[in-house]
Amino acid sequence: MAEIPKSWNVPSPDGLVKEVDHSPASMGLQKGWMSTTPVEIKPGMHCYAALPKRSKALGMPNPRNWSAMDEDWKLPRNWKEIVLEGMKERLGKFRSFQLFMDICVRCGACADKCHYFIGSADPKNMPVLRAELLRSVYRKNFTTAGKLLGPIAGARDLTLDVLKEWWYYLYQCSECRRCSVFCPYGIDTAEITMMGRELTNLLGLNIDWIAAPIDFCYRTGNHMGIQPHAYKEMMEFFVDEVENYTGVRVEPSFNRKGAEILFVTPSGDVFGDPGTYTAMGYLVLFHELGLDVTWSTYASEGGNFGLFTSNEVMKRLNAKMYAEAKRLGVKWILGGECGHMWRVCNQYMGTMNLDMAKGSKMEEPVSPITGTKFENAKSTKMVHICEFTADLIRNNKLKLDPSRNDHLTVTMHDSCNPARGMGFFEEPRYVIKNVCNHFYDMPENTIREQTFCCGAGSGLNAGEDMELRMRGGLPRANAVKYVHEKYGVNKLACICAIDRAVLVDLMQYFVPEVDVTGIHEMVANAMILEGEKEKTVDLRGEPLPGKEDSK
Amino acid sequence: MNVIVSLILSGGAISILVAIPFLAVWALPYVFGIHLEWLFGIVIPYLAVIIFFVGIVYRVVKWAKCPVPFRIPSTCGQQYTLPWIKRNYAEKLDNPFTKAGVVGRMILEVLCFRSLFRNTKLNFGDGLHVRYASSKWLWLAAMGFHYCFLIVLIRHLRFFTEPMPFFVSIIEKVDGFFQFFLPVAYQSGLLLGAALTFLLLRRLLIPQVRYVSLPADYFPLFLILTIAGTGILMRYVFKADVVSIKELTMGLVTFSPKIPEGISVLFYIHLFLVSVLFAYFPFSKLVHMSGVFLSPTRNLSNNNRAVRHINPWNPKVKLHTYEEYEDDFREKMIEAGLPVEKKVAPTEQKE
Repeated sequence: MAEIPKSWNVPSPDGLVKEVDHSPASMGLQKGWMSTTPVEIKPGMHCYAALPKRSKALGMPNPRNWSAMDEDWKLPRNWKEIVLEGMKERLGKFRSFQLFMDICVRCGACADKCHYFIGSADPKNMPVLRAELLRSVYRKNFTTAGKLLGPIAGARDLTLDVLKEWWYYLYQCSECRRCSVFCPYGIDTAEITMMGRELTNLLGLNIDWIAAPIDFCYRTGNHMGIQPHAYKEMMEFFVDEVENYTGVRVEPSFNRKGAEILFVTPSGDVFGDPGTYTAMGYLVLFHELGLDVTWSTYASEGGNFGLFTSNEVMKRLNAKMYAEAKRLGVKWILGGECGHMWRVCNQYMGTMNLDMAKGSKMEEPVSPITGTKFENAKSTKMVHICEFTADLIRNNKLKLDPSRNDHLTVTMHDSCNPARGMGFFEEPRYVIKNVCNHFYDMPENTIREQTFCCGAGSGLNAGEDMELRMRGGLPRANAVKYVHEKYGVNKLACICAIDRAVLVDLMQYFVPEVDVTGIHEMVANAMILEGEKEKTVDLRGEPLPGKEDSK
Repeated sequence: MNVIVSLILSGGAISILVAIPFLAVWALPYVFGIHLEWLFGIVIPYLAVIIFFVGIVYRVVKWAKCPVPFRIPSTCGQQYTLPWIKRNYAEKLDNPFTKAGVVGRMILEVLCFRSLFRNTKLNFGDGLHVRYASSKWLWLAAMGFHYCFLIVLIRHLRFFTEPMPFFVSIIEKVDGFFQFFLPVAYQSGLLLGAALTFLLLRRLLIPQVRYVSLPADYFPLFLILTIAGTGILMRYVFKADVVSIKELTMGLVTFSPKIPEGISVLFYIHLFLVSVLFAYFPFSKLVHMSGVFLSPTRNLSNNNRAVRHINPWNPKVKLHTYEEYEDDFREKMIEAGLPVEKKVAPTEQKE
């Protein structure tokens, strides 16, 4: 077992699992769930509060120093009014919210589908109960039966304790939508969590791990707060690394007007390993194809933590993509590997911001290499890099030597958002199978539309909530462990920058023999490049199979 | 609200609901000589039906008036993509790209409970042995309950039509296929009772489900069980006077209501509980029947990138423009060799 850092403050994996009891005594006959409020806010199971300096540029309400562990959350005096007004407004604006407040029959089909419930056994992490936290307040304030009958009708007042309970559990949901797949009415807890988080944001109750990225993204163009010159410098470092390992010097361009394609990817891949190797993979691919593509320092973020804050913030951050596409005069946008980015780009972007593309030179995306029209993206004009690469491989436009990845036995983690917000299953698998000789899927109840969250989605990928992350990641880790033991899997491929950052920790904790990679890292490693030197190492500088001695 | 209180409350409510017509129709005439059959046989049923329809329309209109700002289907199969990535029929329905696909998905959802069919059960073993097994019992009981209820409803059309439509007698024949007991026992009634009992036991015995249950979950189960129970009693035990009852029910549908002689109190209890169910329906979780049709994660196609979805209240928001961004970083950008729109203004040049 690899060393688990002390700072994580988590028990050993066995210890963590041992405490888990899905029908604890607290679910006994004596107490209903409503009488278990106030909730105990546990360290390790929540993220730190947003600092007051965050999001001032975005004008978010009630900036102040506060902590969830404190008694006093320093709320505005009329906080209750603000929440109930906000609830009323959203009930009128989102059919999903109104409907999902009304039609749940509490059949419990969703209960054991949530990774946080599986790993923590906290009853309020059952999707149905997470929603009931809000529903109870809805009934009390917006239904006649609730007003008249109170608790008999499942209604309760919005008190400070209730609000704290909301907050605790709204930030223990990763908006992965797994429960919505199993709900007979399609009730989507992500919608309820999103509404709930919008309400908490009216009071200034965001977590810093979300508030900081949205603040950075708004001003510097990306979540990491990388300024333009630094962004270029970091990319230049990749250029040197690529040359070092392959002998080929790639030449990316930035903010270049007149390029055919704008490439947008999460800044996490520019910032931290192992995402950086995926970023290097993109550079290699674009260079080899001679693609007329530009990166942007202004639209240097594919991800969108606004999705975890409010629909307005999401729109404000997303708008940069079309604004930049128009300014640079590109024909279409190519999007990198990212999870929630593609939820936004698939299900929200066109609706929110397509107006900004009016008067631009954008048109239905066509691959300049194969001539393939991406008809399914003719409105938003944005193509997923895995679609793009799958099309290249299908048309034999890449020289590939998959044996260069023969030291890898690969499985694939479907990221929640492309899985359940898009249906993106075959494209990445097709690419992987063409660049690797050894691929094994995890069991069917843990992949594709039934995939499990990495445990840290929707802005919960902080460092202070490691226990929550390990608990939430348990079902995913368990499935990886299964294929590791059965097939000797040693690489976990994913198409999400947050996955690349957090699955490393999860694997270190549960299955240390397995490492994490993006797909385009493996693509670049398998590519036979024009003018490459005799390759002995991959993009990580690690020896290729059969070349272990040559370093 | 713990399970015991919930059971007492909903059980108590059912007892009261049984007692009301019993006392009113059976005891009042004896004690005070007052006859209230017209109230329970005519007024309340009419009222209940009106509340049902007005209530359902109110609910559906309220939902329908509420906008759908984003197209957010839960995609449960491969998306429509490059032409050589083939999708089978299941994927086309679980992740529809076209309207026809959506219609198919909704038909499967409404008639076959597609999503519930996916149900799995968590087996949390020792250490890291977490497994998921297929679990179709809930689906089976839900299908059994809803379809048996439908068949029972259709069979009851014999009381509201003259002559009886052909499909009612066909259903009666099929439903009594096994020809046991006298009068012939209908399987639908027995299955309905069995499915309801399963759903109730499940709610009581599975700790997680029991924990989330409210009186509003037990009450409809008790109510429908009691309705089924009184119906079965009238058919097999305390035989009801079917001719008189049909006189009453035909009176109701032809808007010439009358109260015939010889109808037992059991019938009035049955009818009153049915009236309660109708009136309760639109204001309870039972509206899921109409709500499922409007669910945005099911009734929209996954074609956002090809066809724009319009948000009627798409908010106007302040964007941090490229110009503002360049103003913040212009000098650093120039120094790094990044292209800029505006060179540094001469007045700002210090050299």
